[in-house]
Amino acid sequence: MTEEKKRRRQERQRYWTAWCIRAQSVLLRVAVHAAAAATVLILGFLIGYVLIRGVPNLKPALFSLHYTSENQSMLPAIVNTCTMTAMALLLAVPEGVGAAVYLVEYAKKGSRLVKLVRLATETLSGIPSIVYGLFGMLLFNNWLHLGYSLISGSLTLAIMILPLILRTTEEALLSVPDTYREGSFGLGAGKLRTVMSIVLPAAAPGILSGVILAIGRIVGETAALMYTSGTVAKIAGLSDSGITLALHMYKQASEGLYTEEAYATSVVLLVLVLLINFASSKAAGRIGKKQG
Amino acid sequence: MKTFKEKAMKIVFLFTALVSVACVALICVFLISSGVPAMKEIGFGRFLLGRTWRPGAEIYGIFPMIVGSVYVTGLALLIGVPVALLTAVYLAYFCPAQVYRFIKPAIELLAGIPSVVYGFFGIVVLVPAVRTLGEPFQGKGNSILTASLLLAIMILPTIIGVVEPAIRAVPRSYYEGSLALGATHERSVFSAVLPAARSGVLAGIVLGLGRAMGETMAVIMVAGNQARMPKGILQGVRTLTGNIVLEMGYAAGLHREALIATGVVLFVFILLINLAFSALKGRDRG
Repeated sequence: MTEEKKRRRQERQRYWTAWCIRAQSVLLRVAVHAAAAATVLILGFLIGYVLIRGVPNLKPALFSLHYTSENQSMLPAIVNTCTMTAMALLLAVPEGVGAAVYLVEYAKKGSRLVKLVRLATETLSGIPSIVYGLFGMLLFNNWLHLGYSLISGSLTLAIMILPLILRTTEEALLSVPDTYREGSFGLGAGKLRTVMSIVLPAAAPGILSGVILAIGRIVGETAALMYTSGTVAKIAGLSDSGITLALHMYKQASEGLYTEEAYATSVVLLVLVLLINFASSKAAGRIGKKQG
Repeated sequence: MKTFKEKAMKIVFLFTALVSVACVALICVFLISSGVPAMKEIGFGRFLLGRTWRPGAEIYGIFPMIVGSVYVTGLALLIGVPVALLTAVYLAYFCPAQVYRFIKPAIELLAGIPSVVYGFFGIVVLVPAVRTLGEPFQGKGNSILTASLLLAIMILPTIIGVVEPAIRAVPRSYYEGSLALGATHERSVFSAVLPAARSGVLAGIVLGLGRAMGETMAVIMVAGNQARMPKGILQGVRTLTGNIVLEMGYAAGLHREALIATGVVLFVFILLINLAFSALKGRDRG
């Protein structure tokens, strides 16, 4: 009798444990799927909401040549954004690519200098944009007396995107097979010639992907520009203050008077940035396929 | 001639490599030389721990903003991290290949959405929602909760981007061994694979922490920005980043320097977080 009881209790316990494990597994599976669904839904909702509310508000007046408080035109901001992007890239791309070439092609692996540069790059990439904004204001606007101007803004942005360009170029250079370099040396080319006409062209898609990613960062940037390039809403020359598209949108949204126009601006900004990032991953994909 | 050109270019490349080091040095020098004298003038203790920020009366205490930043960031991590981790697990171990091909680039693209667009989304969607939610408790729409929710959404792609590769880097044999011992798929993933990816997971969380703490524009658009000690998660709050942007436009004299000093405090926080991040990332390699 007691034997029988004991056996039954054991069986019940085993059954209970098995049930618990199954329940736990089911719960975990549900949680994982729910979280993934939540991520996709939230982000999809964000884009969908902005597009659906924004597209009907896109009116020709929003693209007038001159900004007035009635037409809320974003065209000057778009032109300034283009100028700013071009200037920042002109400064940061040769600089970043040169630095990456030194790290990968010239420096001894693991030397103290390489470690120092890598530490500096990692530090730069973690600094929030508002700190860049403060620094740009102190150095370019005040100390160098450039004032609120596109040039101050693009110098600040150039420093901000430098780590991005440097890192992507470094990765691209590292992925160029050593046989390319050896082949070039074997044909009698010098180091410089090898780098310039063999290695860099082979790494070009990777570098391009980094540059496009940097454009995306520039176009979406606000905090670093508010106190460096300023918020004057007109098409600006290099030494004038001029608003960019993202700041224009910030002004519209936070003043609360132009919500409809803000919807329209956010559509333009969002679509622009998504297209830029899409182009970047396409460019990166090309290099992957080539070697795959 | 040829060797001269080679040497010259080598020096040019070396010079470009040193620019990033020079930038970090310049940033430190300029921020500290403009911020620290103000801190000294106000008094380190009174600046960092003072509970009142009233520039009109020359009282500069940033403790409310430090607490505000910590609350907003902490709550954002509390909301965002579980979702991000589970999504990363989904991508690595649960996602069918056809779905993955579509979801993965989508999440990557979302990391690039500008913060003003997130902020605007916060204004038109999250603020009214939280206002309705908080009405019975005398809550405000512009509050700690709203800012945290928005930040939680913003750091999702960042954390997922670091954690998913970390989970994938765990050798398949861990998972298979666990299965062979009779564990279910879910238990194998959560009890064998995830603990092995620990330092990558932590690195992802720390990166998210840095992003959340440094975020400026999206936060000031939804946080209410009252410069006082936070009174509850449904009340307004001002963060360190917000303090700088909101008042820099009209500040002068000591007030301006106090704002730069606020930037220095933020900078130190971020440097510590970055140090933690690179230490965690380094551990994975070894």
